[in-house]
Amino acid sequence: MLHPHRKKIEIHNLSVHYGDVIALENLSGTFQPNTLTAIVGPNGGGKSTLIKAIQGQVKIKSGNVTHNCRHICESGYLPQKSDVDSSFPLSVYEVIGMGLWLHQGSFKAYTKEQHNLIEEAMCRVGLSQSKHKRIDQLSGGQFQRMLFARIYVQDASLIILDEPFTAIDSQTCDHLLDIIQEWHQKGKTILVVLHNLDLVRKNFPETLLIGRKCVGWGPTNKVLTKANVSQAFANLMI
Amino acid sequence: MIEFFSEFFQYAFLKRAFVSCVCLSFGSAPVGCLLVLRRMSLMGDALSHAVLPGAAIGYILAGLSLPMLGIGGFISGLLVALLSGFVSRYTDLKEDASFAGFFLIALALGVLIISIKQNSVDLIHILFGSALAVDEISLVLMGVITTLTLVALAVIIRPLIIECFDPHFFQSNGGWGTFYHGFFLTLVVLNLVSGFQSLGTLLSLSIMMIPAITARFWVERIWSLFILSAMIALFSGLLGLMFSYYQNWPSGPSIVLVCGMFYIFSLTFGTNGSLIQKIIIKK
Repeated sequence: MLHPHRKKIEIHNLSVHYGDVIALENLSGTFQPNTLTAIVGPNGGGKSTLIKAIQGQVKIKSGNVTHNCRHICESGYLPQKSDVDSSFPLSVYEVIGMGLWLHQGSFKAYTKEQHNLIEEAMCRVGLSQSKHKRIDQLSGGQFQRMLFARIYVQDASLIILDEPFTAIDSQTCDHLLDIIQEWHQKGKTILVVLHNLDLVRKNFPETLLIGRKCVGWGPTNKVLTKANVSQAFANLMI
Repeated sequence: MIEFFSEFFQYAFLKRAFVSCVCLSFGSAPVGCLLVLRRMSLMGDALSHAVLPGAAIGYILAGLSLPMLGIGGFISGLLVALLSGFVSRYTDLKEDASFAGFFLIALALGVLIISIKQNSVDLIHILFGSALAVDEISLVLMGVITTLTLVALAVIIRPLIIECFDPHFFQSNGGWGTFYHGFFLTLVVLNLVSGFQSLGTLLSLSIMMIPAITARFWVERIWSLFILSAMIALFSGLLGLMFSYYQNWPSGPSIVLVCGMFYIFSLTFGTNGSLIQKIIIKK
């Protein structure tokens, strides 16, 4: 039997359609517990759709997704930046505190330990100086650090990151990659949607390459071959 | 000065009018701030028209009494919200567009019902209300609505904010986005209804929206927005009633216009992103 904190996601013949447009077709496979997987592929290839399907946020045309979480909602999730209202009048501290929402419900105040945890997370991502800053004053990199801290606080055993490194400087990128590696070593199951293939080759042991269908899924060096990558792009042309 | 106020508060109807403004300020202003933050200002506008047919039927049955107006308005407002939600879910139309369709139908229907059954004085009454005619039952009802709103907001404020700031994160944490959205819309309708008798169906939205967007030019944090907008609403209510009493102006428009003056002053001279600030920064 699996350790309850080790999350595994199995996907069987998953298809998702948006009206007449096929976003994903017959995807099958398993995100094993304690793996760090990059999800790559061309734009419109179904990467974000897959994540939404795993989280139960899109209608599945056929097939299914099973997992050993009490519900999939216990995942730490980093949305694409465009999906977040970054002009909302909140402070860095408040946003990071949202990670505790599941424990806190909508009414309870934070305990001293939880305050400490938030401080620790801010320190880990390098935002201690910006505790009370308003989020609309943050740079792109700082904003992303803040969202990482929110996941840090959440301490979920399944972590899903949707394009975490878009439009941030390389220093921040390295720092955040460190944090991902740290999570990986703690035994969390991590899925990351990415564009930069070099980054994937250097840092991610497993890769899922999709271009509407699954083109390759397994160890990164075996999946990210030239032939596979052009196959993924070719799938979209049809 | 004291004489001025003591003369003003001599009359029971003025006291009642003022208490009604207090209720409205504390209930509607925070709801208005959330409407603005959730980028639903126009949705509020749509809802304020959607309540008209129900309110009209209530008016025909019982005259200008808040309970009947309120129940009717509440039902028709909620009906429009539900229908629009249904349409945007099951057709290609987005929520704001489907709202537009239904609230316009509702508005026309409301005007038609009043005009057929009554005369144009009634139409003016129901559209613009009269704070000076608030009776005790209405006051109790308004108090109840304000209390309910504040308690409900205290309980759901965290999920409401998270859902609005980052809907995907909210859902990935098991939040019921639709539930909170619906619950919040219900609060909006309730507070619109609360303003019926003092401000009328057309203007009850203004005490919700104008203080909220005015406060935005002075403060930035959510709690300060709530408090400042409630204060602006309250002060506008008091000043508006005074104009109404001493100048013999209709109370609803007076209150809203005072509010509007605060708004124009704030958007020009406010400390937070106002016109003046933009010009100075540009230089």
